[in-house]
Parts: sequence; structure tokens; C-alpha cells
Amino acid sequence: MILMENVQKSFGDNHVLRGMNLEIPKGTSMVIIGGSGTGKSVGLKCILGLIKPDAGRIMVDGKDASTGDRDAFLARFGMLFQGGALFDSLPVWQNVAFRLLRGSLKRPVEEAREIAIEKLRRVGLKSDVADRLPAELSGGMQKRVGLARAIAAEPEIIFFDEPTTGLDPIMSGVINDLIREIVVEMGATAMTITHDMSSVRAIADNVAMLHDGVIQWTGPVSQMDTSGDPYLEQFITGSAEGPIEAVR
Amino acid sequence: MILLAPLGWLGRLTLELLSTFGAVSLFAARAISHIFRPPFYPRELMISLLNIGWLSLPVVGLTAIFTGGALALQIYAGGARFNAEAVVPQIVAIGMVRELGPVLVGLMIAARVTSSIAAEIATMKVTEQIDALVTLSTNPMKYLVAPRVLAALITVPVLVGIGDIIGIAGGYTVAVQNLGFNPAAYLRNTVDFLEMRDVVSSLAKGAAFGGIAAVMGCYYGMDSGRGAQGVGRATKSSVEAAAILILAANFVLTGVFFSL
Repeated sequence: MILMENVQKSFGDNHVLRGMNLEIPKGTSMVIIGGSGTGKSVGLKCILGLIKPDAGRIMVDGKDASTGDRDAFLARFGMLFQGGALFDSLPVWQNVAFRLLRGSLKRPVEEAREIAIEKLRRVGLKSDVADRLPAELSGGMQKRVGLARAIAAEPEIIFFDEPTTGLDPIMSGVINDLIREIVVEMGATAMTITHDMSSVRAIADNVAMLHDGVIQWTGPVSQMDTSGDPYLEQFITGSAEGPIEAVR
Repeated sequence: MILLAPLGWLGRLTLELLSTFGAVSLFAARAISHIFRPPFYPRELMISLLNIGWLSLPVVGLTAIFTGGALALQIYAGGARFNAEAVVPQIVAIGMVRELGPVLVGLMIAARVTSSIAAEIATMKVTEQIDALVTLSTNPMKYLVAPRVLAALITVPVLVGIGDIIGIAGGYTVAVQNLGFNPAAYLRNTVDFLEMRDVVSSLAKGAAFGGIAAVMGCYYGMDSGRGAQGVGRATKSSVEAAAILILAANFVLTGVFFSL
């Protein structure tokens, strides 16, 4: 279970998180929605320790995320970055098997390559992609390679940062279905950040709406359309009228 | 108030400079400490040795040969004013080995390597590749910075040594082909005149300049701002800082080696 209690983070005068409280039960898929610049990615990066919160507490399975063995902590996570964040200088298979080629999860090169090709197949890519460089792939293929990398070491917790941004609707659907399948199949705890409401409906067990640095509403995806929360309703309908200012 | 404004500006500038100096010093200390602490990344080191050392050879060689040739012509022309044309081999040797070899190689490395390291790491930061490294349990200081700094510390002294030899060869070629020097006498004068201290100072400067060039590239890359402008600014700042620090370090090291 991931627990965020009163997490606060400011960058100068910009108070991004003003006391974010969130609970993600083990084995469930939580989707965080909210406007651009509301701190969704900052919250996610705080959990991973990429950004240090100014105040508050983050617990993962009852342990404080800021203490203990960092390598062991990070080994439990997989992450799909918004732009893929694939390493340009490495071929696709080495990107996917990055964690398996070094560190505590190191495997023999042949075994790591086999696992990488298997994971690429899992996300719908053929084995001939394995030896290409990331720059030779389309945006959708890069996302899928990023997804394969995120699941390569079979993590307990997977984060997806804007998994469908920049993709066409068909490819978005493919990625959404893949994420849902992988999360169910692996029994992983998932946290996804997105603006895409079709992603929310395809991926989420639970939804949280982040606005003005705090969680405005959270609940099961089945209750999202009948929540009665004005912020959530405005976000779902995409209306310019409502409590969320259109010009921010 | 208007009179106090320049003082305020000067104070802010001083604080900013001191803050940057402190941050760079800490970064350099961390980088060097990671060279000696596992895990090590030999593949990254080999790639850096190739990029910084081997691929810099053409630039270093061409810079040195033209500088050595021009130096021979200048010394011959200048020496002729007081009948001292014969000192061309000695002055070319001492000029190349003590000063021009290390400084020009250092500046060429700052232009070629520092800029490339800063742009590469800054782009990695902007595209979240550095964050991805961290989430994959890999310390960017160990994976990106330590191999590059170690490779520069190893290869730049070698490049300086090669640059010294090529520079002297450039002077020799011009002196023998254009200025009528005897080849055997030119070489004998060069070898006899150079001292071990000259060579050691040249190589030590090479190591120092290599370290400065790599650390500046890595520091400004890791400290880059967002977007293309952030990458551009990081690259520009890294080369400026590396070039100025190399020239300042040259002055200090020259004092250490030759004023004591």
C-alpha cells in the first residue's frame, strides 16, 4: 500500500503540493487526474524520491519511503515516463534489460536479452526491434519499449506518467489495454497520471482528482460520473465554466 | 538609493560566484570519490576513453602541428632581430612542452569534449533519462559522471604528450624545410634542452585540464534548465567556465612548477 500524508512541495513561490493525502491499496490501479501544472508528476516523483517533499510523510507498505536501503526500495518500482526516457545510446533490448544487466538484479547477458525480447513481445513488439536504437522507433513504439522496460524486472509497483500523451486514439487504446492487462496479470499496484479520460476508464480501479495542491475527490472509477464534485465534473466534461479557472 | 544599486549588484554577483564555486567544488569532490567506489561501469569508461581520447586525436594533432610550425617561423623572424635565429629548436621545444601544448590541447578539449558532455547530459536531463536512471537503481554520478571524469584524467595527459611531440615535429618540419636548419642538429638541440621537469609539468597540466574539462561538462549538464534553451545555456556555460578555469589553472601550475 502507498500512503501519502499531508505531502507539501514548493518551488520558490510556487506552492505545487499544499498537503496531498492519498492512499493506494496494494494490487489496485489508481489514476490521478488534474489540470496541467497541478503537481501530479511532482507527487509521483516525491514517492520515488526523485523530488524531496518539504513536509509530509510517504509510506510504502508501512515503511517510510525516505529511509532504508534505496536500491532495494527502487527495485520494487517500475516506471513509464511521459516521453519514454529511453537511453539514446543503447539498443532497445539493452534499454529494456537495463536493470537486469547491472546492480542487484544482474543476470547473464544472454538471459537478460531473452527476457527483454519476451517483454517486447508482451507489449506487442517483434524481436527484430530489439537491436534497433530508440531514435529509429515511432512514438508509439517508444512508449511500448518504455512499458517493456517498466515491467522487465517484474516490479510490485508500477508508475505510468501520461502513458498516452502524443499518441493517436488507436495507439492510446492499445497502450491502455496493455497497461490494464499487465497490471491485472502481474497483480501489481499501479499509479497512473493522465489527462485522457478514456485512459482513466480503461485503467483505473480508483480515481483521484488533484487540484490546487490537494486531492479534491477520490473514489472508485464507477462513482466518478456521479460524484457530485464540481471540480471532477468540470474536468470530465471539459467545460470552461466551473470552479477550475480556464486561464491559469 | 541609486548610488547603492551597483553595490547591491556587486554583492549579488559575488554571492552567486561563491555559491557556484562551492557547488562545483562539491560536485568535483563527489565525482572523484565515485571513481574509487563501486559499482564500476567499465563499458561506460571504455566509451568515454574512446570519445575523449581517441576521437580527439585529429583535432589535437592538427592544432599542435600548425602551432609548432607557426612558432618556429615567429621565433626565427623575432630572433633575427638580435641574431638569435639558432634558438628556434630550444624555444619551440620549451614553448610547446611547457605552455602551448597543454593549454591548446586543454582548450580544444574544452571546445570538443566539455561541450559534448554538457549537451549530452543536459539532453538526458531534459528528456527525463537521468530520472529514469535513478528509478532503475543506477546512480547518475557513478554511471555518467565518474567514467567521463576518469577517462579525461587518463587521456588528456596522453593527448598533451602527443600534442607536444607533434608540435615539435611541426616546428622541426618548418625549420628544416623552410629555414635551412640541419635536421640532426635540430633534434639534438631539442632533446638536450628539454628537462624532465618540463615534461612532467606538461603532463600534470594535461591531467588537471582534463579533469576541469570533464567536471565542467558534467556539472553544467546535470544542472541544466528545461528545454532546448536550457541545453544551449548549459553547453555555453560549460565551455566558458572550462576555458577560463583551464587558463587560470595554467597560471597557477606554471607558478608551482617554475617559480619554486
